[in-house]
Amino acid sequence: MAKTFEEINEKIRNGTVVVATAEEIIDIVEEKGIKEAARQVDVVTTATFGPMCSSGAFINFGHSDPPIRMCKIWLNDVPAYGGLAAVDTYIGATELSETRGMEYGGAHVIQDLVDGKKVRLVAKSYGTDCYPRLEIDTYITLEDLNQAYLFNPRNVYQNYSAATNTSSKVMDTYMGTLLPQCGNVTYSTSGELSPLLNDPELRTIGIGTRIFLAGAQGYIAWEGTQFVLNKEKIDEDTTMYSGATLAVIGNLKEMNSRYLRAASFNRYGTTMFVGIGIPIPVVDEEMMEFLAVSNKDLYTNVVDYSVPSRSRPTLRKVSYEELRSGSIELNGKKVQTAPLSSLRRAREIANLLKESIQKGEFLLQQPVQPLPKERTFNPLKDMVVK
Amino acid sequence: MKKIKLILYFPPERTDKPFTYHLVKDYDVIFNILQAEIQPGKRGRLTIELEGTEENIQRALEFTREYGIEYRPFNKNIVRNQGECIDCGACTAVCPSDALHMNTETWKLNFDEKKCLVCELCIRACPVKAIDVNMFE
Repeated sequence: MAKTFEEINEKIRNGTVVVATAEEIIDIVEEKGIKEAARQVDVVTTATFGPMCSSGAFINFGHSDPPIRMCKIWLNDVPAYGGLAAVDTYIGATELSETRGMEYGGAHVIQDLVDGKKVRLVAKSYGTDCYPRLEIDTYITLEDLNQAYLFNPRNVYQNYSAATNTSSKVMDTYMGTLLPQCGNVTYSTSGELSPLLNDPELRTIGIGTRIFLAGAQGYIAWEGTQFVLNKEKIDEDTTMYSGATLAVIGNLKEMNSRYLRAASFNRYGTTMFVGIGIPIPVVDEEMMEFLAVSNKDLYTNVVDYSVPSRSRPTLRKVSYEELRSGSIELNGKKVQTAPLSSLRRAREIANLLKESIQKGEFLLQQPVQPLPKERTFNPLKDMVVK
Repeated sequence: MKKIKLILYFPPERTDKPFTYHLVKDYDVIFNILQAEIQPGKRGRLTIELEGTEENIQRALEFTREYGIEYRPFNKNIVRNQGECIDCGACTAVCPSDALHMNTETWKLNFDEKKCLVCELCIRACPVKAIDVNMFE
């Protein structure tokens, strides 16, 4: 009873498509069984809304008169990349303001643009025969820009380790504030609603997949950086998947800051909460088996962040059901757990995506190329140059 | 019955006297310690909630003053900007009294002000700066 993307799109066009979120599908499968659920439901929506540091936007400012080849660029005092053509730049989420430090960064510039605010652009140049101007100091708005598109090299982490701290000092990390002596555990996932935990073998998600990206319709552009497909057996029926990531692209002018929020982690720096929804077509029963996964079967590692090493020790494996319960046991002690990604807003995104598919506003796009099955995760060789 | 929150400042020579014993025994007030920093020989600070009849609380405060302990009303509270909050839960990682906690059905952040110790750890833990401290008279 395999269904093709085109058959499902036809149902979307004629309004007969049946859509469920990745949370709803768990109960549907429980009630009707895999076979019947796969027959009845055509699309399952997944979503996530978590902090994703590897995010940023390409911008084209248009030319001033006389024109300038921008070499050094600041947006609200946050440095932007000056190594592209004359008036192109890339502003990264984690770049910090030169005047306000960690409270304002590239992520905030992007959010201010999305919110329609004026952003101060300062650029300097060495001047060329073709671009004589040496300086510009002006204001821009999103509307004025020729192009502004989010291009995030690594988002939608399939699975991320939970964090704790065995040292005697408080640690301020991108996983939040970690209290000493394993005082807490933080984790970042939407678990059973998470895109790449619902299609862990990447059977339907690939390059070209149309996605919900911060309120706009965006696309998967490429494998994410550090992409790797890790599979680890927990027991006979349970596999722990991790490592897959996605590079995503979408029009900043169509985005909404409800789903694209600048953030600042204490003593770490700035980052961006990115809202992403991915529709997964129920192409066959095997796909439905993956989609029916629930938090009790999804596992991650609890990692000790106090060890200043690339490979930090894993203290134990834990299911997302246990993490979601509010506390887990660690070395015989009950430790409180706290999420970092907003499940509430991820649910909102999964429901929005579901509605736009039901209304015929969002069609599925079959990948133009699958994501790689084989990739290794290379470390940086630290050669002593001097 | 009346309920008030106070910050008490103990002079160093008073930290070894059974002050709280008298407060409860002699004035029949219900006494809840919200925060305590008391070390022998040093100036101490105690944030408490007192519950009792109007008259007993008044008498308990007179006793406190006569005992040589300064006090002032506890005049800070934590406020959450609901519009800015994204319900991520990062603040719940540091909240020592469970005043900030996630509703595990809706995954909305709940704030129970009655439990709040105003330790202010959540302010720096909030990634979207949706939590602030409010001073009042």
